[in-house]
Amino acid sequence: MLRRFPLLLVFCTFLAACGPVWNDPYPASEQGRNIMYSAFTDRPKHLDPVQSYSEDEATFLYQIYEPPLQYHYLKRPYTLVPGSAAAMPVVRRYDEGGRELPVSAPASQVAMSVYEIRIRPGILYQPHPALARRADGTLRYAALSAADLEDVRVLADFAETGTRELEAGDFVHQIKRLAHPRLHSPIFELIAEYLPGLKTLQKALAAEAARTSGALDLERHTVPGIEIVDRHTYRITLKGAYPQFLYWLSMPFFAPVPPEADRFFGQPGMAERNLTLDWWPIGTGPYMLSENNPNARMVLARNPNFRGEGFPCEGEPGDREAGLLADCGKTMPFIDKVVFTREREGIPYWNKFLQGYYDASGVSSDNFDQAVTMTSQGEVSLSDDMRDQGIQLLTSVSPSIFYLGFNMLDSVVGGGPDAEAQARARKLRQAISVALDMDEFVSIFLNGRGVTAMHPIPPGIFGAREGEAGINPVVYEWRDGHAVRRSKDVARRLLAEAGYPDGRDARTGEPLILNLDTTPGGLGDKARSDWLAKQFRELGVQFVVRATDYNRFQDKIREGNAQLFFFGWNADYPDPENMLFLLHGAQAKVKESGQNAANYVNAEYDRLFEKMKSMPDGAERQAVIDRMVAILQQDAPWIFGFHPKAYSLQHGWVLNRKTGSMVRNTLKYQRIDIERRDAARGQWNRPIVWPLMLLAALAAAAIAPAFVHYRRRERATALGGGR
Amino acid sequence: MFAYVLRRLLYALPILIGVNLVTFALFFVVNSPDDMARMQLGVKRVTPEAIERWKVERGYDRPLFFNAAAQGSGQVTETIFFQKSLRMFTFDFGRADDGRDIAQEMRDRMGPSLALALPTFILGLFTSVTFALILVFFRASYLDFWGVVLCVAMMSISSLFYIIGGQWLVSKLWALVPISGYAPGLDAARFLVLPVAISVIAGVGSNARWYRTIFLEEISRDYVRTARAKGLSERVVLFRHVLKNAMIPILTGVVVVIPLLFMGSLLVESFFGIPGLGSYTIDAINAQDFAVVRAMVFIGSVLYIVGLILTDISYTLVDPRVRLE
Amino acid sequence: MGFLPVLLWTDVLFFLLLAIGAATIVHVRREAPLRAAWRRVGSRPSGMASAVILLAFLAVGIIDSFHFRPQLPVANGAAENAPAAYSSEVLSALDVLLAPLRTRVEKTYSAPFATELYARETVELPGGGQARIYPRLAWGGSHLGEATGERDADVARRIATGVAGAMEAWLAVVAILVVILARRRRRGSGMLEAARALWRGETHLAWRAALVTFACVLVVTILAIKLAPHYHVFGTDKVGQDVFYLSLKSVRTALIIGTLTTLVMLPFAVALGIMAGYLGGWVDDVIQYVYTVLNAIPGVLLIAAAVLMMQVVIDTHPQWFSTAAERADARLLALCLILGITSWTGLCRLLRGETLKLRELEYVQAARAFGVGTSAILRRHVLPNVMHIVLIALVMDFSGLVLAEAVLSYVGIGVDPTTISFGTMINMARAELAREPMVWWSLMAAFAFMFVLVLSANLFADVVRDAFDPRRS
Repeated sequence: MLRRFPLLLVFCTFLAACGPVWNDPYPASEQGRNIMYSAFTDRPKHLDPVQSYSEDEATFLYQIYEPPLQYHYLKRPYTLVPGSAAAMPVVRRYDEGGRELPVSAPASQVAMSVYEIRIRPGILYQPHPALARRADGTLRYAALSAADLEDVRVLADFAETGTRELEAGDFVHQIKRLAHPRLHSPIFELIAEYLPGLKTLQKALAAEAARTSGALDLERHTVPGIEIVDRHTYRITLKGAYPQFLYWLSMPFFAPVPPEADRFFGQPGMAERNLTLDWWPIGTGPYMLSENNPNARMVLARNPNFRGEGFPCEGEPGDREAGLLADCGKTMPFIDKVVFTREREGIPYWNKFLQGYYDASGVSSDNFDQAVTMTSQGEVSLSDDMRDQGIQLLTSVSPSIFYLGFNMLDSVVGGGPDAEAQARARKLRQAISVALDMDEFVSIFLNGRGVTAMHPIPPGIFGAREGEAGINPVVYEWRDGHAVRRSKDVARRLLAEAGYPDGRDARTGEPLILNLDTTPGGLGDKARSDWLAKQFRELGVQFVVRATDYNRFQDKIREGNAQLFFFGWNADYPDPENMLFLLHGAQAKVKESGQNAANYVNAEYDRLFEKMKSMPDGAERQAVIDRMVAILQQDAPWIFGFHPKAYSLQHGWVLNRKTGSMVRNTLKYQRIDIERRDAARGQWNRPIVWPLMLLAALAAAAIAPAFVHYRRRERATALGGGR
Repeated sequence: MFAYVLRRLLYALPILIGVNLVTFALFFVVNSPDDMARMQLGVKRVTPEAIERWKVERGYDRPLFFNAAAQGSGQVTETIFFQKSLRMFTFDFGRADDGRDIAQEMRDRMGPSLALALPTFILGLFTSVTFALILVFFRASYLDFWGVVLCVAMMSISSLFYIIGGQWLVSKLWALVPISGYAPGLDAARFLVLPVAISVIAGVGSNARWYRTIFLEEISRDYVRTARAKGLSERVVLFRHVLKNAMIPILTGVVVVIPLLFMGSLLVESFFGIPGLGSYTIDAINAQDFAVVRAMVFIGSVLYIVGLILTDISYTLVDPRVRLE
Repeated sequence: MGFLPVLLWTDVLFFLLLAIGAATIVHVRREAPLRAAWRRVGSRPSGMASAVILLAFLAVGIIDSFHFRPQLPVANGAAENAPAAYSSEVLSALDVLLAPLRTRVEKTYSAPFATELYARETVELPGGGQARIYPRLAWGGSHLGEATGERDADVARRIATGVAGAMEAWLAVVAILVVILARRRRRGSGMLEAARALWRGETHLAWRAALVTFACVLVVTILAIKLAPHYHVFGTDKVGQDVFYLSLKSVRTALIIGTLTTLVMLPFAVALGIMAGYLGGWVDDVIQYVYTVLNAIPGVLLIAAAVLMMQVVIDTHPQWFSTAAERADARLLALCLILGITSWTGLCRLLRGETLKLRELEYVQAARAFGVGTSAILRRHVLPNVMHIVLIALVMDFSGLVLAEAVLSYVGIGVDPTTISFGTMINMARAELAREPMVWWSLMAAFAFMFVLVLSANLFADVVRDAFDPRRS
């Protein structure tokens, strides 16, 4: 024990040397600098813009790559504005005979649509070794030998960097990369439907890839339908009409990638060092990835070559009052550097936020769920302590839905071929929809951070209706200006009409057993499955939750072996087509291996869907959507679960933040009041030293009697009395 | 001795093949190549063609153990087992599902793991031995009794509670150290103080009790009685004779775990955000990235075997009567 | 109302284990050396005290192992001779005993002994308008009505009567014990002397420690009986379930993991261990090879792989299980098996070493010389002489396994998420610590129950080892 004393002293002095705050997890050199601190939970898998499709990768990727279009930061409903494009693309549509069609022409006449995109001149790439050139204009790092790469471990080990102007060819190069057989772009099949040239390109490239293990040269190939008009203009020709294509142009799938980057990273020896475009993005955006250690931290630094962009001056009503227009016209980005630290466990993450070491919660993080409570009325309730700390909470409904789907191929809930059985199965589905109180689910398990869904279209997206017109008449009724869930009696009645009075099969007396398939993280945990079982106990229905691991779950869905399943969908873009296609017959999971996991097929719905798909927003489209929604509500192939609310929890010193899941390139807009942050951190993190003192005192107190004892024993031994 | 070590290493070969077979069998039952592809390609918009392409590219389209379609030795080598498992013997682990080179990743992560595990090991050994010595010194007194009770109480607490409680108390309530994180170099000390302290405290109960019994066994031997009879004081007997002799079983007992220190600690690393091999393993289990798990299993078994050999060698070093042949 | 008994696999094995335990007791009573060893266990205060606590836990576990499916009420208009339908929910005898705790579910979190929910909610006032208040609990302290201010007095009164009742019961037990002890004393020195010996702790078996512990157990039990039906003594969890109920249900899972794991691996470890030691040669080589291979694989990874594999098997054969409880039970048993596979190697090696020594002893060599068959020698001469190692391993492993379950469930490769266990409780509670204000009671309840269980198991294991290990006596 005595020996531990000096150690304790060393410990104390060592800590005291760190300044007034002992628990600052960042290096002292970063103190007082214009750095934003954030965290990520899951390591990003792909940073290659043709591959990345997940929310946590978007946090990085959207700051680095600049697609032609972007969403307006403040306006709602979401509005597309030019990004790296100089203006919104010009769309021309042609019929079979090659005649240009007027804007009012119906989509069925359109044989092809031509998008012409002009990009802003003068945009520069971030400094990057792939673009470094010698004095004679040849690429500096083009033909590297094994010896050249000897000492290289990270990208920064290449001493020279270079840049060049963004050209239309870079966009075209990236579109070709969608077809790259080794990159597995998740949207390839979808885009290739409209750009058949990509399919031929992929075949050619795949043949080439089978012959050689080296890098594939995309520049040797041309793709019909994609052409470079001039240095700053390119043109895409799509088969048929696809108005939603503009939304895709706001995603990194269509961001520019210089062919030099592929040439650079394609050299032998690069991939072995983890030097790939998948890990080292190269973009024209406001930030560039300066440190890439997905195990511990990722750092985005200001791109010195960024063109500079003015902060928007218009927003939706209320933005001015919220101070969101204060920086109108100022040059973005505001923050020099953003440090993302890997935080695997929720408790440290949350506590560091409370201590002021994270400026705001991550966008897609679930770790703060426990902290943020909302009441059923949707009002925010942060605890008083948190409000005193100046923590603010912003929320908005995400364009996504979580639902419980009925597998229509199942004989019990789907009904089978017999029309009368189908009608009964519909009643059963309606009964279950009424019985499962999603409002209570949202209030218990999501702390109120969600809106119960009436139909598949999330609020804020065209087609979703508010108020009385927007309710699901099967499950809700409108009373005193509120949507009120129908009572369990209604469910009981429907259940009896479906042939299951009191939850028993009217013919056999067997109890009705419903099986819900889900993953342990979905509804599978103890609390949720207990809650679900409780919902049905009153009706006499036996509700069994089967939690299986993700792959097994997918298997069941794919083979159509599930009965009820819990699923979610995140909209790719704010258009009802992207939600309603989930129930389109042509997307049926089992038959067409599409996205319609419920295997729901309804001829009228499918016909309306085809019509609605390419209609422009307006009263006519709304009418079609209303009819489609009504069909779904009556047929109840899903229990429309809830639309989760996105939230952002932030300290008072973070400015210009606005939630909105569609807008992902948010970093450039944000600003930090550094002085306020430093003051708050100092105030909240005063070390409490008395426990250390107490520990020392306790050690002394323990040692004293021991010492006495020791002396006595020593003496006794000396006298020969020891044992 | 060289011949002995060589023979042991050769003996290790069938063991490693066995380990490989077991893990291979287990993991391929769990995860068919189709599953792996789906896991990697994400949730949205995955087509069967994309899965096929992924399998071909990663070499998972081959048969498991025997390739009837291939020629000659290709029947054995052109299989998933040969390509994915046996290549590990050359320490060629291939790529993780996210495309990063596994061997490189392991090299990167070994540092943080060791930075946590080594101080924990040394300090833990030191603390436990000291505590055990104190208990033995005061044996059969109330100090000994309550000391043992304390040990048993401490080992009855789940390590989860030590971590959650320690983090909450020291980092949150008292704001003495950062809650989690890691920095390379000397700065790491700030982040490591708490996890090391917690790991040491969590381990001291069972270790000290074990060492105490070893000391007690040693103290009942004849030479100790002789030493006492010579009139040596209790302190001298304990520190000069008993400690020295009891360290032999203690040291040879812990030698086997030294190589395994490289593997890091699963729980502590995840809780404290230390980017070591332990958290790598947890990530791989959660993501079902079996290329990484297989590599970790392989490294783990190699280290275990190295530990066994080291144990044998350490016996000869401390006890001249043991000879390796 | 009728019921359909359900015998889960773990129940069968657990009862088998109890039967083995009972048989052992009968056996021990006949064998003098064994009886002496067990008396050594009983003479240690810590042994008796921990045995009492373990028995209390065991009682909870046993009650919780009688499973059944309650009959559903007869449907309206169903035919007279329709077969009875049974619920798909599997309950246990403990669920029946704790019915008030199980069914009295609140909406969400409430603190221990609370009468209101933990978080404020906006409610519609009867006269119109809204207010943010702490809503009254549906069940917690419901007998108080609106007079929630009297809760402290009510609790205190219940505690006082509870403690008094416990003491009465305890005194009765003491009296009975004194009578028995007095009878036992052959010298016939009377009740007073027996009582004095008991008081001074001079009885051969450490009855004083046992009685003191028993008093504690009794007080806790009676307080639980007095308080738990009226209050949530450990609060409620996220979906409003009583945490005390969850803690009690976790006990069975812990006991199953702690005991069955050793039980299922025992036949292999014993058979292979003594075969390797006695037969030597290639048998020894093969067995050593197998356990070195298993040992070389890092434990957590092997468990992770095996648990995931079992999960696949269970998921692909839904027809094997008629209820969710059976599926969860299969997973629990699988976990026991897997933990057994990863932990049998230690015992196997110990047994091999011990058998190596035994085969050189004179009486074994003599038996061999007389031409006694190998299997007979193993059964008659070797096995009985290594049983103490088996026993020590059994008790020593118990606490480690209980702790391991918590960690594995935490990592996500433990018991089924719907099984109530300490691991799943901690797993859920870890996120609650981050809540503002903090929800601490689930974690504390899991901690307290686990600590008491593991501590007494550890103490008991120590005493058993001291009593049976020939090197220590």
